[in-house]
Amino acid sequence: MRSPINSNEGFNRSASRQLALYAIGAVLAFILLMLGLNFAASLTSTSTGGVAGAVDVENNEITAYLRQDPPELSTMGAADSVSGIVLGHVMEGLLRYDEYGQIVAGLAERWEIEGDTATFWIRDNARWSNGEPITAHDFEFAWKNTLAPATASQYAFILYSIKNAAAANNGDVPVDEVGVRALDDKTLEVTLEQPIAYFQKMVAFYTFSPVNEAFFESTNGRFGAEAESLLYSGPFMMTSWVHGASLRIEKNPYYWDQSRVKLDAINFAYVTDDTNTLLNLFKDGRIVQVDLTAEMLEGAMQQRWVLNRFMDGSVFFIDFNHREGRVTANKNLRKALVLAQDNNELVNSVIKLPGYLPAKSIFPVWMQGAERTLHEEYPPPEAPLNIALAKEYLEKAKQELGLAQIPPIVLLADTSPVATISSQYYQETFKKNLGLDIVIDQQIFRQRLAKMETGEFDIVLAGWGPDYNDPLTFGDYYASWNLNNRGHYRNERLDELVRIGQNSLDTEERMAAFGEIQQILFDESVLIGNYERGYVYATDPRVKGIIRRVIGAETDYTNAYIDVEAQ
Amino acid sequence: MSEPLVKLTPDDFKPLGLGEQRRGINRPSRSYWQDAWGRLKNNRRAIFSLWIIIGLLAFALLGPLLWNVDPARQDIDQISQAPGADRSATVVAPYEYWGGQVTEAAPAQQGIFNLGDAPNSQVVRLVWDAIPGAYGYRIYRNIFPLEDDRVFGLPLIDVMSPSAGFYEDRLNLRPNTYYYTLVALDEFGALAEQYETLAVEVERVITVDEVRARNLVPPEQELAIGDTVNLALHPLGTDYLGRDMLARLMSGARVSLFIGIVAPFLFVLLGVIYGSTAGFLGGKVDQFMMRFADFVVALPFLLFMILFQVVFGLGPGQSGIIPMMVALLVLSWPATARLVRGQILQIRQEAYISASRLLGARNTYLVLRHMIPNTMGVILVTLTFAVPSAIFTEAFLSFIGMGVAPPTASWGSMSNEGLATMLTHPHELIFPAIFISLTVLAFNLLGDGLRDALDARMRSLE
Amino acid sequence: MWRYTLKRLLQGLVTVWFIATATFFAMHNVPGDPLSGERASTPEIRANLEARYGLDQPLSTQYVIYLENFIKGDFGISYTQRNRQVNDIIREHFPVSATLGILAVMFAALGGVLFGALTALYRNRLPDTIIMFMVILGISVPSFVFAALGQLMLVNINDWLGFSIMPVAGWGTVSHMIMPALVLGMGTMAYLTRLMRSSMLEIINSDYVRTAKAKGLPPERIFAKHQLRNAIMPVITVLGPAIAAITTGGFVVELVFAIPGLGRYFVQAVQQLDYTVIMGTTVFYGAFLVFMVILVDLLYGWIDPRVRLQ
Repeated sequence: MRSPINSNEGFNRSASRQLALYAIGAVLAFILLMLGLNFAASLTSTSTGGVAGAVDVENNEITAYLRQDPPELSTMGAADSVSGIVLGHVMEGLLRYDEYGQIVAGLAERWEIEGDTATFWIRDNARWSNGEPITAHDFEFAWKNTLAPATASQYAFILYSIKNAAAANNGDVPVDEVGVRALDDKTLEVTLEQPIAYFQKMVAFYTFSPVNEAFFESTNGRFGAEAESLLYSGPFMMTSWVHGASLRIEKNPYYWDQSRVKLDAINFAYVTDDTNTLLNLFKDGRIVQVDLTAEMLEGAMQQRWVLNRFMDGSVFFIDFNHREGRVTANKNLRKALVLAQDNNELVNSVIKLPGYLPAKSIFPVWMQGAERTLHEEYPPPEAPLNIALAKEYLEKAKQELGLAQIPPIVLLADTSPVATISSQYYQETFKKNLGLDIVIDQQIFRQRLAKMETGEFDIVLAGWGPDYNDPLTFGDYYASWNLNNRGHYRNERLDELVRIGQNSLDTEERMAAFGEIQQILFDESVLIGNYERGYVYATDPRVKGIIRRVIGAETDYTNAYIDVEAQ
Repeated sequence: MSEPLVKLTPDDFKPLGLGEQRRGINRPSRSYWQDAWGRLKNNRRAIFSLWIIIGLLAFALLGPLLWNVDPARQDIDQISQAPGADRSATVVAPYEYWGGQVTEAAPAQQGIFNLGDAPNSQVVRLVWDAIPGAYGYRIYRNIFPLEDDRVFGLPLIDVMSPSAGFYEDRLNLRPNTYYYTLVALDEFGALAEQYETLAVEVERVITVDEVRARNLVPPEQELAIGDTVNLALHPLGTDYLGRDMLARLMSGARVSLFIGIVAPFLFVLLGVIYGSTAGFLGGKVDQFMMRFADFVVALPFLLFMILFQVVFGLGPGQSGIIPMMVALLVLSWPATARLVRGQILQIRQEAYISASRLLGARNTYLVLRHMIPNTMGVILVTLTFAVPSAIFTEAFLSFIGMGVAPPTASWGSMSNEGLATMLTHPHELIFPAIFISLTVLAFNLLGDGLRDALDARMRSLE
Repeated sequence: MWRYTLKRLLQGLVTVWFIATATFFAMHNVPGDPLSGERASTPEIRANLEARYGLDQPLSTQYVIYLENFIKGDFGISYTQRNRQVNDIIREHFPVSATLGILAVMFAALGGVLFGALTALYRNRLPDTIIMFMVILGISVPSFVFAALGQLMLVNINDWLGFSIMPVAGWGTVSHMIMPALVLGMGTMAYLTRLMRSSMLEIINSDYVRTAKAKGLPPERIFAKHQLRNAIMPVITVLGPAIAAITTGGFVVELVFAIPGLGRYFVQAVQQLDYTVIMGTTVFYGAFLVFMVILVDLLYGWIDPRVRLQ
């Protein structure tokens, strides 16, 4: 039915004029309010978020992002890669890795490792960001405090090569008996449990950074919680940290090697791990660098972006549950699973990102051996896809287990995008090639770890990243005493080899041990290599010198500079 | 006192029997429901929505009979294939390790950078001679021809060896023209000046084994290398694992509609029982029951949905549908309960209830015959409007990664996965999103129609 | 009135206690381990951590401690950010969510009233058709699709213009807030438009409007005083719950636009099993909702005497 009013054009026109008037008024009021808000925000906010572009030539600054808010910026407790990125810019220890991944002098101007004693001489011009000198006592305090049971540091284990460190961490001896001592203000002496070949490589890790005791005490347990509650020893210092929103680091005027630092400031103005959002930010010229997913490559080529690839050094693999009573404790079943898949297909067709490589062993392809890479010296044995052979092994396994049919195998995985794809890919692959039923148990990261710990899985999509640049960081994964060996693989010979890797000072002998470990893991089908993780990233052509590295800060802007000429 | 007009006997105070026809009605009676249906039928939009809903249900339940494809089956050769893409492929020998020897099938060699074998979508084999002064090489691939700005495209590999070398590219090759570039590296691994480009036309191929395994040709048909076959048909394309979109949408429809329809049905039922009990009993019991409902209403819905998803936790192989339903049930019933209770309280005051009581109706009869049917309209409308919000909730949970577990498909999880490929393969987002929108819209419009039809007082003027 | 207010507040407190208890026991039934890290920790370090978070106490003791701290307004320290107080997290991130939410509601209310009135005036004509089509989109498209498309649109507009008219993500200035608030308010705006339209139509046909016209009042006056003002009432009634729902429901927008709001924090905490943050956030939001509802109810009683208090 038509209402009579609809015919009343005159009324309508007047009414809409009135409405338009209101609308304009409302919009104006709204704009006014926004301006007011903007003003208020500028008064209270310390945010550096702003609407600055990726590159600020005038102020010599660049803008980047972080995947998440750094969970812990106390070097004594930090245990994740995002904190690692920030700490890599604002903290420096006795030694550091240079742009080619080599150990060079940091705050220590020289060092000496002789037998079970390491001595570091700290630079005279090593200073905190408040101008006070950095002393050997700061190191002694930091390391001892990391090991103190009350600190409950997750990375305390990295200090275990120091004498009494493990015992102190377990509360068996007082922390004072840990083998680290400041001989004077500038000399630090470290006593090791026994001579080790890779100690200097570990010292570059951020857990070995100094902490000033007086300053630590003054923060009342909030050390590292805010920008002001930290002292910085690195090339940059944090000047503002709005949690979850932005973080700004500026050139540290007291850093000893000023020539190394070319930028005046770096804004980490966005905190997100949403790949689409980051792509949009890069497209819009807000951030200097962005990681791309396989789906974004075509668009990136179309935009004619400068692309690079980088591998972060982690290896991902299927780990088996070797506990008694699990079907995967059966070697033939494991062999069948190894032979029934082809990780080339996973990497090339499913993940399809050129940064990724099929993992051939627990040791990644970049790992250095004695002279060349470990893979060149000890080529990892390979077992190409062979479904017929896999089926034979499966039959053997069934006989040994006394089962007519293998019960559904539980595949534990976390919720990361690649794990989601891989788990479904393997489910279908094993179903197709072996007729095995795989049930996926997808859990958030922590829950996956908890379930691994309690052994509630048959196979799990696991991964491991390096803590220091030595094959041992991967080689001891399957040692029987290693708590990270959550599948409880046990092999006495492998344990012996790990001990050689830990204790021997002879590089050749150590590498041979790692080669044999690699062979044992293959012979016993202890793992199925999936991939070595990689990234393809696009960089703003105006910024040069950004380093992506395996050990230390994953993305390192320390040496970056703005190339004014480049467009 | 005069004589009464009517003489009453004790018999007159006995309740009348039911079912006894006392008075004839001449015109056919139209019940409430007939009346409502008549009104609904005149609402074109509502009827249209009803047909859409029937269509969606048919799609979910009968669709798999017509399109009998396993939604979990992965067609690795056709990952993220758009609908209607070309499907022809040439049969080739299976992949074998290659040592860098230039084969006869390779095109004529020119310059430094060459093909080592006939290129196809299985593998592109590249060989190169040493460039003087180079310490190593980086190989790039591009889908656009090179310009002079040294933007080479996608870096595939670094080879840190100055001598002649070879490389096999197997990375996600599609029928296309690729522009490969070999760039020399200096001693620090940085790009040097020299480079050489090679345009490569890649054709789609498939191996005999794969053809047989996927039944692409009848088993009796002979197959020779070089034959052309058609890959499996995917009318709506495939997803990021090469699974058939149509089949996945159908199985996703079962999950989404199951959650979207059954969960509201259950919580509305629970709400009706709870609310009518409270409303009917009244007094202290009512007070207590409603206070409890108030508590549950006060729980922040989305937060607790997420919380429940975590608390229930999913075991191996569980799809996550049941926990989501339980969470919806636990959190959503009080709204209906409140509504029904209010209605019951109101109806309790009505004259016809008193009349019915006077006529000797028992409580169960009152509830079943008068109260529930009279609240039915409101309940039905609530139910219809609850469906869209349940479907949205499912989609929302999938978006933040708390939805159904893979490999289970739901429209929500499919849209979420489609977001990642939105720019290159929009069909992976568009199809599930359209289904969500269509369902939500249809139920909303039907709800409007029902509200208008069932309750004259609530009739809107649209 | 005072008695009523007091009674409602008391009820609110009991409800908050209920939420706190429900959350506490829900959290402690979560399978998994908030203390597990990628590098496995020794039993000793674990014991230290458990002691630090009081997980070594029996559940009943933990509950008592939790309630005690809760009354003192202390939600403890976060599990993932081990030197941050949950209170700090809420204090820093809730204002962001609230700002966004209020802005979104303002967009929604403004747009809803304007568009609703417009569609009613131009019923069944072009503006009506266009706006109702948008409303249908607003109602039926999932919010995460909107958010993603909204951001994409911004990128393309900026690209086309050659400069940034509005940032595509992040937080800090008002220009950061506009797009997220629009996306967040979209669904509510569609709903309010529909509501406004039907209530306008009802009033256009009402007796008093006809009388006013018959009296010969100027159309502007009839429209403003009689139609618009009366039609807005039902819109205002749903505004209170809308503010609460939007403020707590900004997860999607906060995730997509990289906004440091409490919603995003909550999702992250859930994914990392950060017990204390999850409990703190839930209780805080629960309390916020409860008291918002009470406040709105009281305000209605004050604004509109017809809304009788029980």
